[in-house]
Amino acid sequence: MKVVLENLTKQFPARSKKDRDVIAVNHFNFEIPDGQLIGLLGPSGCGKSTTLNLISGLETPTSGKIYFGDEDVTALPPEARGVGLVFQNYALYPHLTVEENIIFPLQNLKGAKKMTKEEMHRKAVETAKLVQIDALMERKPKELSGGQQQRVAIARALVKIPRVLLLDEPLSNLDARLRLQTREELRRIQRDTGVTTIFVTHDQEEAMSISDLIIVMKDGVVHQIGKPQDVYDEPANLFVAQFLGTPQINVFEGEIRNGRVRIGDEDVLDAPGKADRSVWVGIRPEGFIPDPDGPFTCRMDRVEVMGRDVSVVSTHVKMTGKCVRSIVSAENRFEPGQELVRFRLKPYKVFLFDRESEERV
Amino acid sequence: MKKNNLKAWLYLLPAMLFLGVFMVYPLVDVCIYSLEENFHFVSQKYTGVGLGNFRHVLTDPFFVMALKNTLILVAITVPVSTGLSLLIALGLSSVKKVKKLFQTVYFLPYVTNTLAVGLVFWLLFKNTEHTNGLISSLLSMFGMEPINFIEGQYWQKMMVTCLYTVWIVMPFKILILTSALASVNPEYYKAARVDGASSGRIFRKITLPMISPTVFYLIITGFIGAFKAYSDEVALFGTNLNAAEMNTIVGYVYDMLYSDSGGYPGYAAAAALLLFGIVFTITFVNLKFSRNKVQYM
Repeated sequence: MKVVLENLTKQFPARSKKDRDVIAVNHFNFEIPDGQLIGLLGPSGCGKSTTLNLISGLETPTSGKIYFGDEDVTALPPEARGVGLVFQNYALYPHLTVEENIIFPLQNLKGAKKMTKEEMHRKAVETAKLVQIDALMERKPKELSGGQQQRVAIARALVKIPRVLLLDEPLSNLDARLRLQTREELRRIQRDTGVTTIFVTHDQEEAMSISDLIIVMKDGVVHQIGKPQDVYDEPANLFVAQFLGTPQINVFEGEIRNGRVRIGDEDVLDAPGKADRSVWVGIRPEGFIPDPDGPFTCRMDRVEVMGRDVSVVSTHVKMTGKCVRSIVSAENRFEPGQELVRFRLKPYKVFLFDRESEERV
Repeated sequence: MKKNNLKAWLYLLPAMLFLGVFMVYPLVDVCIYSLEENFHFVSQKYTGVGLGNFRHVLTDPFFVMALKNTLILVAITVPVSTGLSLLIALGLSSVKKVKKLFQTVYFLPYVTNTLAVGLVFWLLFKNTEHTNGLISSLLSMFGMEPINFIEGQYWQKMMVTCLYTVWIVMPFKILILTSALASVNPEYYKAARVDGASSGRIFRKITLPMISPTVFYLIITGFIGAFKAYSDEVALFGTNLNAAEMNTIVGYVYDMLYSDSGGYPGYAAAAALLLFGIVFTITFVNLKFSRNKVQYM
């Protein structure tokens, strides 16, 4: 099911007269294609969860429209939208068994969709098999591990075959190992069912690794939508560039002069056809190539060996962070006590952003 | 080890002395009294040991009346007050704006003196030289004869008593239920709504099981409290409850001990033990019955 958000805005009233109203979601416009896995990505408090609640119907928008396919669902209550929602803390009913939890949405069906007990049971087992918890049907939620609880929550959301599956920070309550495993699982379940799935996360790695499409947002505003690799390779603005990628992108104060990018007194790169102006220069850690004749000089701090790669930590007077981190092949050798390190830059790993607007130049 | 034990007993001694003198001894004494037939207070003599006291109490028309009154009160007020409290608590937890005000209003009866409440009920229901009582006056506006509830027919008196009891026990129940409802994680409601559950089903399948330990606690303590009814009746009908046909078991026990017809500790003890037996049985049945229904998370 295609999901379209049109000019969607959610404004929360101010807590006191002194405060201003909070705009959690600000004029959202985007279209989520059918059957894809979408990562809604942004720092805490950026309005991700509110967006999810708007799509689920738990919150009503201040203005704007939501469509599932061609149907306008803006005015529909959550129960009429046919969405499945997995909460961050799973919200499994503690007094019901796993099976009763999974069956719960089916028991609410009315009219022609109403099912017999056998049908419900069959459906529950089928869904439980999909998420591999069919051996735990008689247990209560508190007798399950975090990962198992989450599978139950997913099964409960999937059992009535929702038009859209929504997941709020699905992996944040799991430990690191389980998180890796579960995100693969999530990808598989989504592929198997083909349900359009939107999940919210603040973890860019999580979003990039499994999403078909990521939506990067901040302060209630969508900053960029695209395939993970495209967004990473072509960030629309400084925020997106900084938010995606570990280690973080290195940002320098720089300027464009006569078609050349200058950082400090060094011409580091060609910038043909670009007008002269002050810019932020963002260089991805993998964009550095050590070269004794390279145009970009940094002050060497230390080298961290990671086996396959080497992380060179250096400093530069024009940098904005604490240090400049570059990841280079371990074949490069660095002398102990070496004071300066010179780099050549890969042009496609260097992004220029306007100093004022922070938009990509 | 032994030394430590001694120390522990020493620490417990004050509490044990206190409990022994004021709890255990009287309890044992009541049992003894109940078996001593024709005990005379002044001479401290009795004619025999047996179940005579129980026989007397059970055939005493005043006890039978007290038992009947108490059972009617329990049967009506416990379910009605618990149900109404639940409704009001649900209402309170869904209003937002003047919640504090409502909570205060509903809690006021709890901090009001029983006798003062009795006075209020007199104003509502009793006929005096000056007024027919507010309720009667209201009824007469619709062309009905004024009714003297307090000195009227049995069912009228019973109705006022039930009303009074329900009214006076509700604040505590509302308070407890409101906090129980507030402690239910709102995510369950959100999840249930997304899952398409109607509000009736959410109440039955989510809310009620979640607050079932509290409801159960209120029912048990409600039964026990209602069986011990006495002061409410005094507030409404004065101390001569037998004449008003509104005596309760506790009232009967009191009468046997102290009132004009009193001086029979044997009968009082027997009646008290009968009350204990009834309360114990009902609580036991409650516990048995609720084992599968109450969800302790």
